Amino acid sequence: MNRSIWVFADYRNYFQNRVTLQLLAKANQLAAQIGAEVCAVVLGYKIDEYVAEYIAHGAQKVVVVEHRSLQKYSMEKYAVLMERLARDYQPEIILIGATAFGRELAPRVAKRLGTGLTADCIGLEMTEDGLLRQIAPSFGGNLVAEILTPEHRPQMATVRAGIFQEIPHNNSLHGEVVRIPLPKDLPKDRLRLIAYQRQPQRDQRLEDARVVVCGGRGMGSKKKFKKLFELAQLLAGEVGATRPVVYAGWIDNDALVGQAGRNIRPQILFSFGISGAIQHTAAVTDAEFIIAVNKNPNATMMKMADVAVVADANQLCSALIKELKDRIQT
Amino acid sequence: MLKLVVCIKQVPMVSELPWDPNTRTLKRNLAEGMMNPACGHALEAALQIKKQHGGHIVAITMGPPMAEEVLYEAIAMGADRGVLLTDRSMAGGDTSATSYTLARAIKKECPDFDLVLCGCYTSDSETAQVGPQLAEELDVPGAAYIEHIAVKDGAFRLHRVTDNFLEVLEMDMPGLVTVTTHTYMPRYPSLEGLQSAFARSDIKILNARDLRLDPAKIGVNGSPTKIINVYSPTAAKKNIVMQGTAKKVVDEIFAKFADRISGAIGKDLKTHYHDNKACTK
Ligand SMILES: Cc1cc2nc3c(=O)[nH]c(=O)nc-3n(C[C@H](O)[C@H](O)[C@H](O)COP(=O)(O)OP(=O)(O)OC[C@H]3O[C@@H](n4cnc5c(N)ncnc54)[C@H](O)[C@@H]3O)c2cc1C
Ligand SMILES: Nc1ncnc2c1ncn2[C@@H]1O[C@H](COP(=O)(O)O)[C@@H](O)[C@H]1O
Repeated sequence: MNRSIWVFADYRNYFQNRVTLQLLAKANQLAAQIGAEVCAVVLGYKIDEYVAEYIAHGAQKVVVVEHRSLQKYSMEKYAVLMERLARDYQPEIILIGATAFGRELAPRVAKRLGTGLTADCIGLEMTEDGLLRQIAPSFGGNLVAEILTPEHRPQMATVRAGIFQEIPHNNSLHGEVVRIPLPKDLPKDRLRLIAYQRQPQRDQRLEDARVVVCGGRGMGSKKKFKKLFELAQLLAGEVGATRPVVYAGWIDNDALVGQAGRNIRPQILFSFGISGAIQHTAAVTDAEFIIAVNKNPNATMMKMADVAVVADANQLCSALIKELKDRIQT
Repeated sequence: MLKLVVCIKQVPMVSELPWDPNTRTLKRNLAEGMMNPACGHALEAALQIKKQHGGHIVAITMGPPMAEEVLYEAIAMGADRGVLLTDRSMAGGDTSATSYTLARAIKKECPDFDLVLCGCYTSDSETAQVGPQLAEELDVPGAAYIEHIAVKDGAFRLHRVTDNFLEVLEMDMPGLVTVTTHTYMPRYPSLEGLQSAFARSDIKILNARDLRLDPAKIGVNGSPTKIINVYSPTAAKKNIVMQGTAKKVVDEIFAKFADRISGAIGKDLKTHYHDNKACTK
């Protein structure tokens, strides 16, 4: 049997959440190193569109289980199906997007298969021995751990959206589609969806912004933090924040930048009073140019900035506002 | 009357643990322990269910002997009794080992439970894996990120908001939920509560032998995942460092990067005249 790397197809918010496509891209890189094929696993009903999309984004094979009873995501059915498929096909690796659903599905599948699982990886590589090196934040974000699953198979990891880059849509790519009938003996659902409602889409502004002004605990207070909005407006940008700021209620949870929030890739990132914990920085590494302001020249955020300004964040923010008002041609 | 189990983890008080780059170790002893925030919400949910329907709450924690503190706290808040799982051989387990151990304890101490409540994640590892894996171990239905729990017609009625969907779910009894930090704000234990918790608390301490744990499934050795390297990620860039008064720094930023800024914001920026004056001086 061919060695394979599987990506669980999480298509429920296909247009907003590209994590499955990003994982397909990463799986292609990893597969090249161990001579494996990349396979997407799609469970659902009326899903041909997605099957085609996944092939166009790098799936060499798509395993499909299609049935009316899979019309809605079902944790129990999906966990059993993933387990059975994995037992039949024995993939080397299973990658799952860290959506809320994926973060619940992955541990269940791992437990059923008696294998390991690393949550929220920020990097995936193959070792010389052909093992999956799973790189994940640990100990509250100060440290990074490299984790292996040496003996158990498959090796499993979840990854948040935005860590890897998708391969652009390519219609000339080909993939084999393997259709598997729904097993007759699936257990009865003990958890049933009674009602659901799609929530209004989250704004994507932060992800798309060309300038992001990010503030951390070092801004000092809610009142002082407000200045960042004025600065962002002058820069035609958006305001982001770290977790302590969100917890303190200085800004809405939607503005959280980091592993638990959004990934950003602005042309310029202004970072005010942010220490640079990995959960935050992992989501800003794609910023083209970073200007960081911190009283502490040794803060991690300062080390990864293009311009590291050792100063009081509030004073610098005010000075920038004044200067921009002066300079912007109206 | 409902039999409720709440899984509570003790976590370090600070989210930023002191890391010693010289010895490359964690100064763990500097960190005080506290109840993991989400576990507090899970306990509060259990207390509210108990108040409405009557019930009995067992709080379970696995950890070093000092983790007993969170059981006193749980009892002071209103839990009926506590179970501490502590053994050197349990240390360093990943989520697979942890969920196995917790499941064995639940089966021994409260085999006829109606609902197990976990926090949705811990503040120190935030894997959010223990709850779902515990549901697998116990072979009961489970639902993560729950914001509201009601008991209706012998089943649980659950609400959650996940991946842009607001969902209402019905779950058979017995079952397991993990509770978010958005609702069920934990109450503060009263001083009398704390005092009486210490005076006559019902806490049972169990080790690996008491639970007849399979040594191949617990602790570091029983964990499928292995940590092979830990480091501090300072990806130092060769950067420009600016210092001085805010005014001076801002002038320097515009002198060097006005074009870049103007490009990103899509607006022209005036060159600054008093700058030029300063230069000619
Ligand atoms: C599992 C997990 C997930 C997480 N997810 C996220 C996430 O998605 N996003 C996120 O941001 N965090 C996340 N965190 C939290 C993260 O670990 C850090 O705690 C957080 O990013 C720190 O925020 P901060 O830099 O604002 O605060 P601090 O670490 O407190 O840093 C404040 C900084 O401001 C500087 N400062 C203070 N006063 C001034 C002043 N007057 N002028 C200039 N500088 C000043 C200080 O020198 C310091 O560097 C997560 C944590 C965990 C455990
Ligand atoms: N050592 C432990 N003792 C008791 N409960 C735990 C332990 N570890 C994890 N849990 C439970 O599992 C939840 C999720 O933890 P985690 O998967 O580590 O993010 C916690 O909120 C607890 O309810």
